[in-house]
Amino acid sequence: MPDGLAARADPHGHAPASATGSGAAGHHPALQHHFQTLEQQHEVATLGMWVFLVTEVMFFGGLLMAYLLYRVWYPAAWSEGSLELDIRLGAFNTVVLIGSSLTMAFAVRSAQTGAQRATVRWLIVTMILGLTFLVVKYFEYKHKWDLNHIPGANFQFEGPHAHQVEIFLSLYFGLTGLHALHMIIGVSILAVITWMASRGRFSPQWNTPVEISGLYWHFVDIVWIFLFPLLYLVDRAHQLG
Amino acid sequence: MTTTVLPRVTYLNVRHGLASWLLTKDHKRIGIMYLIVVSLAFFLGAIFAAGVRIELTTPQGDFVSADTYNRMFTMHGVFMVFFVLIPVVPAILGNFVMPLMIGAKDVAFPKLNLLSWYVFVLGFSLALVALLSGGVDTGWTFYTPYSSNVSNSNVALVGVAVFITGFSSILTGLNFMVTIHRMRAPGMTWFRLPLFVWALYATSLVMILATPVIAITAGMLALERVFGFGIFDPRLGGDPVLFQHLFWFYSHPAVYIMILPPMGVISEVIACFSRKNVFGYSFVAFSSLAIAIFGFLVWAHHLFVAGISPYSAMVFSFLSFAVAIPSAVKTFNWTATLYQGAIWWRAPLIWVFGFLGLFLVGGLTGLFLASLGLDVHLHDTYFVVAHFHYIMVGGAIMGYFAGLHYWWPKITGRMYSDSLAMLSALLVFVGFNLTFFPQFILGYLGMPRRYHAYSAEFQVLNVLSSAGASILAVGYGLIAVYLLYSLWRGEEAGANPWLATGLEWKTESPPIPENFPETPIVNEGAYEYSKREIKVA
Amino acid sequence: MLSGIPLFPEQASTIAPAVDNLYFFVTAVTAFFALLVVVLVTIFAIKYRDKTGEKVGAPITGSLPLELGWSIIPFFIAMGIFGWATVVFFDLVRAPDQTLEIYSTGKRWMWRFQHLDGQSELNELHVPLGRPVKVIFTSEDVLHSLYVPAFRVKADAIPGRYSSIWFTATRVGEYHLFCAEYCGTRHSGMIGRVVVQEPGEYQAWLSGGGGLSMSARGEQLFQQLGCVGCHLNDGSGRGPSLAGKYGAQETLATGATVNVDDSYIRESILTPQLKLVAGYQPLMPTFQGLVNEEGLMSLIEYIKSLPGARPPATAAQASAAAVPATAPAQGSSPR
Repeated sequence: MPDGLAARADPHGHAPASATGSGAAGHHPALQHHFQTLEQQHEVATLGMWVFLVTEVMFFGGLLMAYLLYRVWYPAAWSEGSLELDIRLGAFNTVVLIGSSLTMAFAVRSAQTGAQRATVRWLIVTMILGLTFLVVKYFEYKHKWDLNHIPGANFQFEGPHAHQVEIFLSLYFGLTGLHALHMIIGVSILAVITWMASRGRFSPQWNTPVEISGLYWHFVDIVWIFLFPLLYLVDRAHQLG
Repeated sequence: MTTTVLPRVTYLNVRHGLASWLLTKDHKRIGIMYLIVVSLAFFLGAIFAAGVRIELTTPQGDFVSADTYNRMFTMHGVFMVFFVLIPVVPAILGNFVMPLMIGAKDVAFPKLNLLSWYVFVLGFSLALVALLSGGVDTGWTFYTPYSSNVSNSNVALVGVAVFITGFSSILTGLNFMVTIHRMRAPGMTWFRLPLFVWALYATSLVMILATPVIAITAGMLALERVFGFGIFDPRLGGDPVLFQHLFWFYSHPAVYIMILPPMGVISEVIACFSRKNVFGYSFVAFSSLAIAIFGFLVWAHHLFVAGISPYSAMVFSFLSFAVAIPSAVKTFNWTATLYQGAIWWRAPLIWVFGFLGLFLVGGLTGLFLASLGLDVHLHDTYFVVAHFHYIMVGGAIMGYFAGLHYWWPKITGRMYSDSLAMLSALLVFVGFNLTFFPQFILGYLGMPRRYHAYSAEFQVLNVLSSAGASILAVGYGLIAVYLLYSLWRGEEAGANPWLATGLEWKTESPPIPENFPETPIVNEGAYEYSKREIKVA
Repeated sequence: MLSGIPLFPEQASTIAPAVDNLYFFVTAVTAFFALLVVVLVTIFAIKYRDKTGEKVGAPITGSLPLELGWSIIPFFIAMGIFGWATVVFFDLVRAPDQTLEIYSTGKRWMWRFQHLDGQSELNELHVPLGRPVKVIFTSEDVLHSLYVPAFRVKADAIPGRYSSIWFTATRVGEYHLFCAEYCGTRHSGMIGRVVVQEPGEYQAWLSGGGGLSMSARGEQLFQQLGCVGCHLNDGSGRGPSLAGKYGAQETLATGATVNVDDSYIRESILTPQLKLVAGYQPLMPTFQGLVNEEGLMSLIEYIKSLPGARPPATAAQASAAAVPATAPAQGSSPR
């Protein structure tokens, strides 16, 4: 348990008498009624996001489990399927996402120091990078569509392991589709955060929304850092070398 | 009874109108909203159970067609598991009393809490749409490749419903976990927490770690149905058994989502009505965590005859025996709590006695199924059906009713008829045993589950079972009658009708919107009955 | 069958008494604990009843020795059951070396049984008394499960894999055969009977049917499908020789080794490129769709019968004395 078991005497009750008038003046406008202090609200939000990210790991975990099993069973099909993916686009997207993590970190930093215009600027750059990723992903999917490489009734593939390659591509679309969905949600969240930042909602005392959006954004990036080698680089060394 | 003046403003009357409920962020109102939807799901599930039991009174499949029968037991399972058993205690009772118990004004994320309810209702509505458009015939376990390639029923829609409902559970678990970590009142240390809160904490852990896996598995199944993805398709070299692994990786821990919170309820009620500390508080608390953690390591005991290697079967059998120990420890501790108590026979305690009887049978018959040599014979027979009904209905639902009766005065501010409540506990207990005990025998005789028609020699036991089910229905129906009646004519309960310890009893009944007039300060353990002078006003 | 309420299933295999003894033991242990708790709860509830609700209980909070006692003792009891049950299980899943093999396929909603001599039957399985029988089966569509309660055996039929059950029948008679894994509309109609006959009677029944033996049918297929063109017995063909390969180890192109068993042969016919034998080109086409499950089983039986392999089926029949050898046999365990 993160915060020690019995020793925890609670951060929000030093002055229980004053807690009576929790609606009284002098409270930060961002403080919600059921919290005692901004610190407590910040801790709660941060812990909540971390717990949420744990559930996300398990969420991708189900698909990765399937990936692992079939990769062990069908290594040849995996390298065949992987070669169908465009490594240049994948690598480009990887760079874009890593870059967006950097700009996101700048945005969080700016929010913490109270630099409102810089916060907005970095958030917008982050969103642009995220959208770039999605556009590239769209062209990758489009290409697969044109080649009839979408699993299902119209699937066509030449090669000795066509069936197993279909499973690979099912997992490719499952994993990258789920990741893209997270990117779309991420960009939407950033849009809201950007709007809030431009309205001056954040200050050095209260910038938790920017911070936890950042956590989410970094998580989505990290997922891609795993997906890229797992999907694009299965057997490249052999094939290129 | 105590006659305090009802507080002028309670969470119930602070605002009026449908919108004030549908847009509420109050954990207490959200608890009530879950109560309504879950009760509806329970009613639907019970209707299907009735259909199944009527069909099985005769060996020939003569009441409904085989297809209808298959849809009935599937919809019974889907509604009961995903829309009743999983949310029943955490989302109704947990939502209502947990923040009160730790002295908080609300859960950590009130808006998210409301969102969970809407997500739940959305999932439930989709399941209803699936039902109205013909239902599903795969069994609630959705085994591939039948569900993915063959069944012509609405599997994708129910898959999406399960996927969506999963998020309700995940968000509730997340909310509870953060609430318990960060929202406790001053002085409410971990080892002063009521055991129900410990149980909910362990449950949240399972919800957070396991539910995403069923969500993605249901999602994969839906993709396979709709877009023809081939992840579980044996014709492509996919592995149908992988689905079972992923499914049970969630669905076995899900059993602990169902049973851990009722176990917490039992600890509360038994301490209150014995006027004693729960025997071995820390053992009971940590056994909840142990169950939650071990629960993740036993999923493959559902696959002993599904072609897993005998050696991995051995490991999973061992772990399944190991997970029985914490449950045994809890049972012994509850028994010991009664020793030298001052036992006050009120309705909630009678429900607890019912729980103990049924949970014992359910838990102990688990040992049969964990035994490899017996499971080969018993797997997929009525023995399994009887076993999990003893745990899930005998355990979880009895525990839920114990809790509902215990906290009903707090929730509504009204008392119900104690004698009718005891009568219905008795009816449910007797009816339940009559329904499900014969199924153990049927199982060992070899009657497979999910059979629309069966061999004539199984008839007598099946008729007994159906007869028991009708008593069970009367018992459940009676609860609805006297509880609803109490809303109208019930005596006023006062803040603490059971003279219980615990912060939830220190505020008014029904509680004020902010729970407590001022933040309570805690300076003693959860069950210090023996230290205090209990006075009846 | 029995008049009144049956409480206990018939015992008709050598393993059934072992399973039942375990069942009685576990029943006794669990009944003891259930009664213990019920009696204690009843006594306490009555003895310490307080009708007023005003008294308080004794200030007892716990006892470490008790906690340890009721953790450790049940643990050892549980381990005892675990050990016993595991021993029974290994007897259930490990067939003796010499068994009478019968192939079967499940498909919605019937079981088809194929005897080596050529007899085949639907939803009925004839077996001889007193001789270990191994049923090797798969499914053509969805999951099924082959279950004979009187023998206490069951295993799931999984498309794309072979499963097996084995038993030695001990009583002449007819017994239920159920599909235990839900398989759709007429799941409860996917039932049949197992007919246990005296060995002589069984032989008479067996010879009553016509048709080629399985290995002969496999040989025919081997010719028809053109397998014979590449898999020359002397090893000079474009594919490896199959003579004497059954049960042996084969080295793959990837360097791994594989046991040549039913599953591997099946896989090699349907997806030849997946586990290519070292030293051969990936030339073999897939035979998916060209040969059905029974054809596959016949081909396997033919490959088994090739010289150098295990004694062919006729020899196995000769050893009908059926010494229940305990050496591990190739089970149906998956990859």
